[in-house]
Amino acid sequence: MPGMKQAGLRIYQWFEDRLGLGKPIIDAAEHDVPASTASWWYVFGSAATVLLVLQIVTGVLLGLVYSPSAGQAWASLEFLDHSVRLGWFLRALHGWGSDFMIAIVLIHLAQVFLFGAYKFPRELTWIVGVFLLLMTLGMAFTGQVLRFDQDAYWGLGIGASIVSRVPWIGGSLVNFMLGGPIIAGPTLTRFFALHVFIIPGVLLALVGLHLWMVLRLGINEWPMPGRVVSKATYIRDYQKLTKDTGIAFVPDAAWKDAIFAAAILLAVMACAFYFGPFGPTGQPDPTIIQTAPKPDFAFLWIFAVLAYLPPSLETPVLFIAPVLIVGAMLLLPLVSNQGEKHWSRRPVAVLMVAVIAVTLGILTHLGTYTPWSPIMDAWTADPIPTVYLQDRTPLERQGALLLQDKQCRNCHSVGGKGGLRGPALDGIANRMTEDQIIRQVLQGGGNMPAYGNALSPSETTALVRFLTTLGSENQPPAFDASRKMVTTEPPHAAPTGAH
Amino acid sequence: MNPNEPIPQPNLQAGPSSDQPIEPNRAKQAAHSRRAFLFKLSLLANGVVGAVLAVPIVGYLLGPAFRKNSSDESWIDLGPLSAFPEGETRLARFRNPVTTAWDGQTGDVPCWVRRVSGTNFQVFAINCAHLGCPVRWFSESRLFLCPCHGGAYYEDGSRASGPPERGLFEYEHRIVGDALEISAGKMPTLAACASTPQALTQIAGVEATNNAVGVRKPEAQNLKKRCGSCQG
Repeated sequence: MPGMKQAGLRIYQWFEDRLGLGKPIIDAAEHDVPASTASWWYVFGSAATVLLVLQIVTGVLLGLVYSPSAGQAWASLEFLDHSVRLGWFLRALHGWGSDFMIAIVLIHLAQVFLFGAYKFPRELTWIVGVFLLLMTLGMAFTGQVLRFDQDAYWGLGIGASIVSRVPWIGGSLVNFMLGGPIIAGPTLTRFFALHVFIIPGVLLALVGLHLWMVLRLGINEWPMPGRVVSKATYIRDYQKLTKDTGIAFVPDAAWKDAIFAAAILLAVMACAFYFGPFGPTGQPDPTIIQTAPKPDFAFLWIFAVLAYLPPSLETPVLFIAPVLIVGAMLLLPLVSNQGEKHWSRRPVAVLMVAVIAVTLGILTHLGTYTPWSPIMDAWTADPIPTVYLQDRTPLERQGALLLQDKQCRNCHSVGGKGGLRGPALDGIANRMTEDQIIRQVLQGGGNMPAYGNALSPSETTALVRFLTTLGSENQPPAFDASRKMVTTEPPHAAPTGAH
Repeated sequence: MNPNEPIPQPNLQAGPSSDQPIEPNRAKQAAHSRRAFLFKLSLLANGVVGAVLAVPIVGYLLGPAFRKNSSDESWIDLGPLSAFPEGETRLARFRNPVTTAWDGQTGDVPCWVRRVSGTNFQVFAINCAHLGCPVRWFSESRLFLCPCHGGAYYEDGSRASGPPERGLFEYEHRIVGDALEISAGKMPTLAACASTPQALTQIAGVEATNNAVGVRKPEAQNLKKRCGSCQG
């Protein structure tokens, strides 16, 4: 055994004499870091790097089979899922790895923000980090396109429609993005080049810079309330802190990074194993229009924003908001690079993180069930609850049938089933008088189309009669207050068929 | 420039102390400044070559962006008129005139054909005017609905409700013999809808003659400048 060790050392020395990389690498690994940074809060950056390596390895392996051709990509994914041994698992690893990477990168971002790590002298580290976030999101979007299914096809359509709104050069930009007049072969190949060559190249270069600066400037020390960053004294203070409390990064601090990275990899594997790969959904045939396109998890919040913005604000917000958001993130360390680092002395920072996290969380949650989208098959799939048909007149039952036939259920739920775009119709008689319902049905308004053209007078009467039976008996039916002024009749006996 | 400066300076300082090293130092200095000049010259040469090389690269990269819109559009046969019953709206499909051999199914484009009556047609793009998702026709409620964000359009393509700011995109169409032809080839977006103004007047005309319901007239007239807050 000692002989083997000797031989091993000799071989190492042979390479080291020629390469000279061993010593600087060992020195970098063993450099002193303040003991306070050997914390479970400091493991997210390294975990993101490990996930990046996982993505590269699984991505290259998928590249062995994937065919980046619009006519074949979908079939090659199906082939990976079903005909290549463990192909499904590799796809699942890559897909879940992507979701985990975005999550870890966001947590890393929030952590370094709350710990004031972007302050002097680490401003550029933060700025490079902002670009790393953008690259990560870019990888997620282009990766979703490479999963060339219905969602990818129509996702590209959404992208092209957004780009087309750029003033003046929108049309040229659409052509540039699609590589031709329509979403087709050249579109997929350019997103393939982006996903496989361009963005990973930039990403790796920026990760190198990011790590280089972490080594050069030292990891951010654990912030303490009252320990204020000042350009004049910070570097001296940091060096003193490192000297006084320094421990070797490897192994004294790095074991936590290693354990967390292993846990994350295990979590990715578990998710990949239990939940399997993402899609592909239907084949990318635009003539199959029975589809409800949806972006991947990371972009659901944008999908929600686009549903809720007033139409007139959409284009300005689409192009001004990203500039403001990214601009603010890039300028942050240049504007505020001194002062308190500790979160307890930075209430606005804490509030911002909380508000942004809750906002993104709510928008993403809405994106998972898209209450703004009509449910296209509700009119044939969701029956009227039986209780709403009992003790009804033939005319009212005819109205119930019309409610189904005229596809009202696609937007309005009854008995908890149906679309959520319009209000639920269960208590409609308590909220609207018969006249108001007639006006709303025929003329539309708010978010509702007018049905004057799609309903005959008799159909309208039947439909509205049925709707006036949908109300709670424990609440009074809606009535027109003005009518009470001019007539002594009870409000619920208001004349019908006023249209 | 910066790297060359520190090197000669010790030589210059050392120069006056003894006579002997002066000559070699001067020669070295002269050779150095000559090489530094040649290096700058080589940088310049590479800059020029790089600029020349950049022209075809940028031209290749931006090629698709500078395509003339008109080169993508051409007249496409959608089939005989008898395939489209009067008063109905049917899904038609065509092969895009500009395709590559590896486009596969993505080269097939669907569209909605509405035969109002006789030779009076409207051909709508499948793409919602909001974000391009595929709109679906519901004949019973006479509406096009978009699955993405709930945009709704009336049977004549005009905006009914939801986030779209305008009506459906319309293809220019003509009738040649017994066949319906449309002018298509590009993905319809807000930036590429050349036939829009014409389409809008068509909608308004159809509106006035075919439909007596007054509530929809303002829709057609205000189509272009509609906003979410001025509904109903």
